[in-house]
Amino acid sequence: MSEYKQIVRQFFSRFFRTDGLDDADDVFAGGYVNSLFAIQLIAWLEKEFSITIEDDDLQLTNFSTINSIAQMLGRKVGVVVPA
Amino acid sequence: MQDLNVIGVVGAGVMGRGLAQDLAQHGHKVLLIDTGKDILDDAVRSIRQNIRAQLLMGKKNGGKSADEILSAVVTSTDLAVLEEADFVVENATENFDIKKGIYRQIDQICRPQTVFAANTSAISITRIGSLTKRPDRILGMHFMNPVPMKKTVEVIRGHHTTTETIDTAIKFLSQFGKEGVIVRDSPGFVSNRVLMLTVNEAAFLVHDRVAPPSDIDKIFVECFGHKMGPLATADLIGLDTILYSIDVLYESFNDSKYRPCPLLKQMVDAGLHGQKSGRGFFEY
Repeated sequence: MSEYKQIVRQFFSRFFRTDGLDDADDVFAGGYVNSLFAIQLIAWLEKEFSITIEDDDLQLTNFSTINSIAQMLGRKVGVVVPA
Repeated sequence: MQDLNVIGVVGAGVMGRGLAQDLAQHGHKVLLIDTGKDILDDAVRSIRQNIRAQLLMGKKNGGKSADEILSAVVTSTDLAVLEEADFVVENATENFDIKKGIYRQIDQICRPQTVFAANTSAISITRIGSLTKRPDRILGMHFMNPVPMKKTVEVIRGHHTTTETIDTAIKFLSQFGKEGVIVRDSPGFVSNRVLMLTVNEAAFLVHDRVAPPSDIDKIFVECFGHKMGPLATADLIGLDTILYSIDVLYESFNDSKYRPCPLLKQMVDAGLHGQKSGRGFFEY
């Protein structure tokens, strides 16, 4: 799980300064990001971790913090989605 | 006034795909046309990504999934499918020769009453109208990017555009939550005539070392309350597009006030095209 957090933090650092950002800080509420970031985040997560993010997963509670993204990855990585 | 349910969108670049997405999200059937399958596939992929990002940001689309919305977008490389269109928005490259080929064809293909809107920021609507047998049903619509987020559209009345055509265009815009501001046909219309001159002069300020880009923009943002300064705006639009637009104004008016700043030309030659190339007046 901590490995996921580290990789996600690295991705975030391409878009905004992450020093001072806590794993529990809400990046969407914090005004760090916009919808362009959301597009790139979803595409990156699917490609980097070979997962499929379903429409039902597209809720801020799954994406707003490094912790919540890592938790979602914990649920999804390695899970084979039937075609 | 007839219903405008089936909308032809010619050109699947940034503007065309934004428009297709916005129209489909508002319940229209969209016929999205471009020259190659690759660009159409890329457009569909990008629309799907945008809709999903919107879902994440809380836009619920009436409970429709990205795939349900996309099922309303029919892609084709054949302009002939526009026979079915109730209204056509053309978003091809800002190049008169390219547009000429398209208008000559769609004038033959589409029903006589179908209105054509040219999504352009630079090309004369009256001149486009002259390519067809329906100059009274041609108008300009200068959509802003990103289309789904920008509610106001600069609507341009060509020399022969009728009031009925303008009414149809306003009805069309209202069907997807937009409003039009109607202006007369003139090079650069209102938006580009002012904006390009502003951007060009801001580039001259950098060129003349009056102030660095960040300070120039800061004055607009913090003193005037603009959301974005002229140089960041230029980077967003693309410096190649800015140079093209200012060149068009220069050629149209033959007035030296529209001469492009040498720095702007040099940046375009150097490939510093703004956000899309990673560097313009600012780094991305």
